[in-house]
Amino acid sequence: MDCSHVFEFKFKRLIVVFTLFSAFLLVSLGANAQVDTAHHAENTHEETAKEKKFDIGKFALHHISDSHSWHVIGDTYIGLPVMLYANGKLVTFNSADFNHDDDAKVVVEKNGQRFVKMHEKIYLASASANEHGQYVELDEKHHAKNARPLDLSLTKNACTLLLSVIVLLAVFLNVAKGYRKNKGKSPKGLQSWMEPIILFVRDDIAKPNLGHKYERFMPYLLTVFFFIWFNNMLGLVPFLPGGANLTGNIAVTMVLALATFFITVFNGNKYYWKHIFMPDVPWWMYIVMVPVELFGIFTKPIALMIRLFANITAGHILVLSLICLVFVFNSLYIAPVSIAFAVFIGAIELLVAFIQAFIFTILSALFIGMAVEEHH
Amino acid sequence: MELLVPEFGLVILQTIAFLLLMFLLAKFAWKPVLAAIKEREQSIDDALNKAELAKQEMARLTSQNEELMKQARADRDEILKEAKILKDSIVNEAKTSAQTEGAKLIEKARIEIENQKKAALAELKGQVSTLSLDIAERVLRSQLDDKAKQQDLVNNLLKDVELN
Repeated sequence: MDCSHVFEFKFKRLIVVFTLFSAFLLVSLGANAQVDTAHHAENTHEETAKEKKFDIGKFALHHISDSHSWHVIGDTYIGLPVMLYANGKLVTFNSADFNHDDDAKVVVEKNGQRFVKMHEKIYLASASANEHGQYVELDEKHHAKNARPLDLSLTKNACTLLLSVIVLLAVFLNVAKGYRKNKGKSPKGLQSWMEPIILFVRDDIAKPNLGHKYERFMPYLLTVFFFIWFNNMLGLVPFLPGGANLTGNIAVTMVLALATFFITVFNGNKYYWKHIFMPDVPWWMYIVMVPVELFGIFTKPIALMIRLFANITAGHILVLSLICLVFVFNSLYIAPVSIAFAVFIGAIELLVAFIQAFIFTILSALFIGMAVEEHH
Repeated sequence: MELLVPEFGLVILQTIAFLLLMFLLAKFAWKPVLAAIKEREQSIDDALNKAELAKQEMARLTSQNEELMKQARADRDEILKEAKILKDSIVNEAKTSAQTEGAKLIEKARIEIENQKKAALAELKGQVSTLSLDIAERVLRSQLDDKAKQQDLVNNLLKDVELN
């Protein structure tokens, strides 16, 4: 029994290694061949240079950034509601009014105010178009200089945010209902899926870091854990309800990190502040220690913010880049390789989705634990 | 890098959504769920403790029972022993009393026999003397004629008499 299990595991590992190796081989061969053809093409056909070169970076960045419309497939987009607060007035319209223009060429006029969209950002339109037909003024880096209204639109990320809130509420209210229904009995259904994870957060994240005060912080830790985890998973779904890069958005991770920061600061006891302002070192060391400790208060949440953002964004870019190999090499034969890689990275991303949620939560618990720790 | 600049609108939305989510989940999910889990853990612990106590109680009762059985057995043996002793003593007593009674009866019988014998002897003696006198009278009557014969007769009679 045991032996067969081990064998199976080794066998699977072998398959993975072999697949990776063959994939690598294929990619390097394909790349070489492609370089040759590209070289060949350059020499013979001058018109290929005129073809729009596929920019993988631009493509990936476009996909991981927020958007005012939701790309379904091909040229199909779902228009999302735009809500702007400009010059003391709330303006709402459908993002489809921009006709999927993203270069500030289409002006939407509403409530006597004119808006254009450029690189998924909405600006107050200039009175007249520039030489490229854009209703914005550009600086030397081709960035718009126009003023921006306060944009509270339900963008792709905002919609995903709402969706994830609804999903989380649905799941955990159902779980709570299970606890009411099977009071004192063994968990059933969804409840038994979630209970081990709730217990994991309680016993392996909260209790070791927070000690006996863990109960106060459980709601925050559980919410933040499941919010990050569900959204990480939702981000991995490539089609409609998923696909948004919510937890890889710096605004979202910033809010989460700020929550940890405020909880840490407001719950910090006298020992915590004494450790920062009057550490147990000779007084002349204070010149160095106090600024370092003060700096540390801010670097911890900033690290949380960057870590989650970077990990999730990197995962999305990786998957997108692997899929884009087909377009980079302009060959269908590369598809099996890129799909094999994408599946592999996707599997890793599933793990990362959980691990990042875990890391964010355990570090939050650690920072809060450091702030509320009693010294004897 | 545009990616690194947080969009202010999304910050506001995220703050509202996250706080709302946390509030709702804390009130309607985490609180009851954690309480239920804790309660269940407590009840499981309690049940296990109770089972342990019941086991100990059971063991105690079993040993007590054994003790009682042992005691009962000992008591029974004691009672049996006592009964046996009693029985033996009763039997012995009966035996001795029967023996003494028998001996008494025998003694009585012997005395009676002796008395009877004595009485009989006395009567016999009386009769013998009467008879002897009769005989003597008759002999004397018949024998007085012949002196020798008289002598023989007396001698023979006396011999007979002495046999008694």
